[in-house]
Amino acid sequence: MLKNEDKIFTNIYGANSSEISAAIRRGNWDSTKTLLSKGKDWIIEELKASGLRGRGGAGFPTGLKWSFMPKEVKDRPHYLVVNADESEPGTCKDREILRNEPHQFIEGCLIASFAMSANVCYVYVRGEYVNERYSLQKAIDEAYEAGFIGKNACQSGWDFDIYVHHGAGAYICGEETALLESLEGKKGMPRLKPPFPANCGLYGCPTTVNNVESIAVTPEILRRGAEWFSSLGKPNNTGTKLFCISGHVNTPCNVEEEMGITLRELLEKHAGGVRGGWDNLLAVIPGGSSVPCLPADLCQNLSMDFDTLKELNSGLGTAAVIVMDKSTDIVGAIARLSYFYKHESCGQCTPCREGTGWMWRVMDRMTKGDASIDEIDMLQEVTKQVEGHTICALGDAAAWPIQGLIRHFRHEIENRISK
Amino acid sequence: MTENKKNNNNFSFTKENLLLAERELKKYPKGREGSAIISILWIAQRQNKGWLSSDIIDYIAKFLDLPQIRVMEIATFYTMFNLNPVGAHHFQICGTTPCMLSGSEKLKSLLYEEIGEQSSVSKDNLSWVEVECLGACCNAPVIQINDDYYEDLAVTDLKNIIDDLRNKKEIKPGSYKDRLSSAPDNKNIQILTEDEIEEIAKNRTKPGLEAKNA
Repeated sequence: MLKNEDKIFTNIYGANSSEISAAIRRGNWDSTKTLLSKGKDWIIEELKASGLRGRGGAGFPTGLKWSFMPKEVKDRPHYLVVNADESEPGTCKDREILRNEPHQFIEGCLIASFAMSANVCYVYVRGEYVNERYSLQKAIDEAYEAGFIGKNACQSGWDFDIYVHHGAGAYICGEETALLESLEGKKGMPRLKPPFPANCGLYGCPTTVNNVESIAVTPEILRRGAEWFSSLGKPNNTGTKLFCISGHVNTPCNVEEEMGITLRELLEKHAGGVRGGWDNLLAVIPGGSSVPCLPADLCQNLSMDFDTLKELNSGLGTAAVIVMDKSTDIVGAIARLSYFYKHESCGQCTPCREGTGWMWRVMDRMTKGDASIDEIDMLQEVTKQVEGHTICALGDAAAWPIQGLIRHFRHEIENRISK
Repeated sequence: MTENKKNNNNFSFTKENLLLAERELKKYPKGREGSAIISILWIAQRQNKGWLSSDIIDYIAKFLDLPQIRVMEIATFYTMFNLNPVGAHHFQICGTTPCMLSGSEKLKSLLYEEIGEQSSVSKDNLSWVEVECLGACCNAPVIQINDDYYEDLAVTDLKNIIDDLRNKKEIKPGSYKDRLSSAPDNKNIQILTEDEIEEIAKNRTKPGLEAKNA
């Protein structure tokens, strides 16, 4: 179990105040100026050495991502954009950072922006998080007041402004280029890549889009050192991570734990165990709705990290663990996800626009057993035609849960059909 | 597509909301004010009791100096914009899998019995709609009523909330279980005091601060 000394988020449940004075006592804004004085290259190298992988789902190394930004600011300003459009079903960690640990996050925004030569940062908060947005804005106002951000932020000589922007209920805006479109005041429809945002992002300027958690952990990584962070977790899967445990556990919760903790330990230490006991586990979705589910027999000694889960044809994603016990109608649970993707498809690419609706309608019939056996293969075939044939990953995300279901619970669908 | 009704009165921002809208505009570089379209529509929607009528769309188009269709496409693309009237208390119930696993179907049935069809406004000025993941899955099932989240709801909790609203009583946002935000609700949870956290933070080694400048 992660020791208190090793935790990064010490107020994640909001037991204590989120105000600046309390945040400073927790260790936020501690010698930020010193960190900045070590220079951009030091910050980026330190982050690379820490092994931090992006916490928004894809797990791309954060330090490497930052290094893609042009070294010098030329004719176009640089931007940091933070993705707080938390909408992946199962995921609710960034919400707690925004409302309970906003200063940790704002300090991270300053450091990240400085490292990428950005003077301006936009935080794209999902529209439904109204109160979270107010909490964040309040903390930003406090940080301006204290001179931590604004002109000559923390007396570093760097000018830094941060603005809260909000969405209005569109899952697709969590995709980085759709988010940029939305931030420009358009419909959130993903852009083709290349050009990548590091060259041509917000307003056509070099931009990096990071997840809230990735940004919020950087100040502590830099202070406590890359070596400390990489000593936690497993090689290539280092550090701590916020896990969101929902569904059929006795005490669903968000919790910070070491990467590579076993699923069983995670659920039993923190979430009160699976409802009805470990043996009552049917399946888990280990990383948010987009990743394929895993049946109980693959969960026995399951290590919760990027590489292990990838090998099992699933993924750590956002580390949102959705637990399903044996009472679950698993076909119905996945069908509901299919409905979600149908609802959230932006409609730009034909395979996704048409495919998500088609897949949902078939899944809906399969839930009721109103289908024929050969339709299972047809459904599998259609998921393969959607996957990889769209501009963004929403098509893949719609296909994977169904593929996971067919891979591990085909018998369940067949039983229903033959009844 | 939903039909976009007209408001009877001519819409314009109140003084207070005009200030809010202008503050939004200032967040973006010159010439990029269109970026503020979502937040400005949202301010307008709040002023108009939770929905956008076609004359508001026209007003915002003029306000932002954009063609009307550019505003309309935003208002129709993003699901938080309502193009028809909603109740004074608008329930948005999350129906996505984590909430579904935790009992949102039963809550939906109750909303249907108590308030009526989705998107209709009841005589006592309540309305409800099923939405996709609200991002509070560790507190499932969740309903957003206007700005606030109501979490860990049992059917009886929801019934009480509806009754209280009908009786013009205050309702309490947040979790309806005995727990702190999304902390596990078992008794063994260790919550440190501010002093204890400060002590731990002080005693940490911070080699990063000692490191040589690059």
